[in-house]
Amino acid sequence: MNVIQETFNWLVDPQTWSTDGHNMIIRSVEHLQYSALAVTLAALLAIPAGWFMGHTRRFSGVIVGITGAARALPTLGLITLFGLLLGIGLVPPMIALVVLAIPSILAGTYSGISAINTSVIDAARAQGFTTRQLVTRVHLPLGFAMIVGGLRSAFIQVMSTAILAAYVGAGGLGRFIFLGINTQDTPMLLGASIWIMVLVVLVDALFSLGQRFATPTGVRRLHAVPATEPSAG
Amino acid sequence: MNWVTNNLETIISALGWHVALSVPAIVAALLCSIPLGWLAHRLPRYSGPIITGSGLLFAIPSLPLLIVLPVLTGAGMRDGSNVVIALTLYGIALLVRSVADGFNSISSETRLAATALGYSGFRRFLTVELPLAAPIILTGLRVVTASTIALCTVGAVLGIPSLGTLFTDGFQRQILAEIMTGIILTLGLAGICDALLVVLGKLLMPWQKQVA
Repeated sequence: MNVIQETFNWLVDPQTWSTDGHNMIIRSVEHLQYSALAVTLAALLAIPAGWFMGHTRRFSGVIVGITGAARALPTLGLITLFGLLLGIGLVPPMIALVVLAIPSILAGTYSGISAINTSVIDAARAQGFTTRQLVTRVHLPLGFAMIVGGLRSAFIQVMSTAILAAYVGAGGLGRFIFLGINTQDTPMLLGASIWIMVLVVLVDALFSLGQRFATPTGVRRLHAVPATEPSAG
Repeated sequence: MNWVTNNLETIISALGWHVALSVPAIVAALLCSIPLGWLAHRLPRYSGPIITGSGLLFAIPSLPLLIVLPVLTGAGMRDGSNVVIALTLYGIALLVRSVADGFNSISSETRLAATALGYSGFRRFLTVELPLAAPIILTGLRVVTASTIALCTVGAVLGIPSLGTLFTDGFQRQILAEIMTGIILTLGLAGICDALLVVLGKLLMPWQKQVA
């Protein structure tokens, strides 16, 4: 019981959160910023690629292969590999995070676009839609929820993996865990772990809300769109 | 390549630990998910919370879970059992949905026919429903196997031996070959286990022409 009490005390201690103490608020914002940057960079690559593959309805084997291999890829291995190859700092883990975010976004975009009924696309074409109009008025509204689902999995995976990035010297919330391990500071170790879990669950809930709003009202009435596969790291 | 031949013993020991931690977790996840998934299928009212809850569990980052779990289970943070429990939880989170989907895919006519032929509740479950749900469960199990083998490496930062030890040791001692060996062996182990599951599926379910 003692440890739980101490952890609670650490979590409610103003020193934990203030700028002259552990600075947890700034570190949390930092963690979210790193994650957002990695997901944005990955999205810039994966959404156009996923759109192309989904639109042409080819390469489904490539998607299955990439998502399958990504599942078995050890995140810690990737982090340490880039850390060793490119040195300590922000850039090496960022590359690893981008690589890890790509498969979910690619798969989400691919399924979002390729799941659109072909007759809808044919109808749009018959109405004289240009490719540009097709993308902005058909693909995007109908595929958006699945794309957001892919971004959601990617963001959660990146937030988890960014913790491990502290092992190779990156900032963010992971540093409290490694500091806690190295100094045997159990309240800090447990407190930081619990706070990270809360943060991840909150972000996941926000995305789930976003996913609901990303579904056009008509489609929402027809059927609930399932989330794409979640992924831990 | 030199590093590999000189450190074969370290590599084999890491691989052995990895198998010893991940295989029990995969088996335990399967054994726990079948009753849970069956419940989600039988009680549609609770299937929403069960599926959402397991999805939420899978979102929880692995390193914080490995740190908080010992407070709840009483296991030591650096014990192998801590990793096995965490990996089992992740496995259940992924598998429950597949199991429920598998049981939901059985048509009610099939179920009624089995009852009409005189199958009792448990025998019907064991000899009719489970075999029919098995292909979908196997698909889920393959996903769980790959992700469990990959996640197992995370324990290394807490000092729990696995192929992940090759990452932490390789990083600290600046040995690129060691990290590469770890990555290749993790992917290789996942590939071999996946192939074994496919073969096992073909042997156990000969009526299936092709396991997707």
